[in-house]
Amino acid sequence: MTSFDEYLPGEIFEEGAALSVADLARMFAVGEQHIVELVEEGVITVFEIETREWRFRGADIRRARIALRLERDLGINLPGVALALELLEELEQLRRERGSRS
Amino acid sequence: MPRVEFKDYYKVMGVARDATEAQIKQAYRKLARKYHPDVSKEPDAEARFKEVGEAYEVLRSPEKRAAYDRLGSGPRPGEDFRPPPDWGSGFEFSGAGPGAGESSADYSDFFEALFGRAAGGRAGRPGFETGRGEDHHAKVLLDLEATLTGGARSFTLRVPEIDAEGRIVAKERVLNVQVPKGILPGQTIRLAGQGAQPHGEGKAGDLYIEVEFQPHPLFRIDGRDLYLELPVTPWEAALGATVKTPTPTGTLVELKIPAGSHAGSKLRLRGRGIPSSPPGDFYVVLQIALPPATDEKAKAAYRAFANTVPFNPRANLGV
Repeated sequence: MTSFDEYLPGEIFEEGAALSVADLARMFAVGEQHIVELVEEGVITVFEIETREWRFRGADIRRARIALRLERDLGINLPGVALALELLEELEQLRRERGSRS
Repeated sequence: MPRVEFKDYYKVMGVARDATEAQIKQAYRKLARKYHPDVSKEPDAEARFKEVGEAYEVLRSPEKRAAYDRLGSGPRPGEDFRPPPDWGSGFEFSGAGPGAGESSADYSDFFEALFGRAAGGRAGRPGFETGRGEDHHAKVLLDLEATLTGGARSFTLRVPEIDAEGRIVAKERVLNVQVPKGILPGQTIRLAGQGAQPHGEGKAGDLYIEVEFQPHPLFRIDGRDLYLELPVTPWEAALGATVKTPTPTGTLVELKIPAGSHAGSKLRLRGRGIPSSPPGDFYVVLQIALPPATDEKAKAAYRAFANTVPFNPRANLGV
C-alpha cells in the first residue's frame, strides 16, 4: 500500500491546526467527554471561543497527547495527570536552565 | 513454530513467582512510572517500558499467567524456547493490553509465540465506526539538519495491521517523507491518508508522526533556539577577539568576542536558530579555557601575570 519512491509532503500539524473537541477525540481515539474533562481539569486550554466552538492548537495538542498517555499507561486520574504535567514542565525548564549554565 | 528467546516475566517485574496480584500490580505501577517514555530520561526507557508492559500483560491476567506458569521456569532466559505442542488449547484470553508504548503490535516474539498478536491488541474502539480508517501514531528521532533545511528522510515504522485471520501483525513500512523546515521537538508531522484503511467505504485515516531530535554533538536545542558552548582563551575574553565559530547551517563565521567578556557570556546571532516562524536565535555561550601550565615557560608566564595583575576572584565570598 506504500510506494517506495515518492516523498510524501509532511506538514507541521500544530501550526496549521485549530482542532475541535471532535478532532482531538478522533485523533487520540477517546470519547469527546474525555477531551472536555481535560479542559475542565486545566490540562489543556481552549484557544479560541469566538466561533462558539472550542478550538485547540500547538502546545495543547501535545499536552493532551501526553496527558492521555500518562492516564492510560500509569492509571493516574486527571487531577494527578494535571499535576504530573506541571511538574514535568517545571523539570524540563530547570534542566534547560542548568544546561545553559554548564 | 519459530525458535524464540524465553522471557522471564517475573524477573522483568522484579517479583517472586508466587507474588500476589496486588504485588504484581504494585511492581508494574512503579516500573511504569520509572520508565514511561514521557517521564523518564533513561536512554532505554521506551524499550524497558514495553518489556514491563508485556510482562504485566501476562502476569495480570489469571488465564495467561496460569498458561505461562505451566511452562515452568523454562529454559534459562536467553535460551531458545519452543512452546509445547499442545500449547494454546484450552485457554481463552481476554482483556485489552495496558497500552505499553505506541503500538499494540510491539510484543516480543516470545509473547507472540505464546499468545499471538490478537490477544494483546487493542480491541476496536466503540464509537469510531465513522467509515474512516483509524488514525495512526508514530514517533521518530530526527537529526537537527532536517529541521534546519527541511529535506527528504526515510522513516521505518512498525505498523499494526489486521491480517486475513483477523490477527494484528506488525508490518515494517518505509515512508519517505519531506520533513517540513522549522519543525520543533515535540511537534507532529501529519501525513493525510497514511493511517489505516477503512473497513468498508470511506477515507483512510491519517498518520501522525511525533518528532524528537537526536542530541547534536555541538548544538543544544531549546525550543526554537540553538546553543553552542564556545571555548575561548582568557586573553580573547579579556581583550576581545575575532574567532572562527561553527554555525548550525554548517558554515563557519568569524565571531567577534567583545572585550571584557567572561565565562557564560552569551552572544546572540539573531534568526540563526531553527527557521520556524518566527525563527529562533543562535546563542554562543563562552567558556574560558585555561592553557595548561605544563612546561617551565608557561609556569613563568602565569607567575609573571600573577605578579602584574593582583586579582582576588573570591572577594565576594569575604575572604
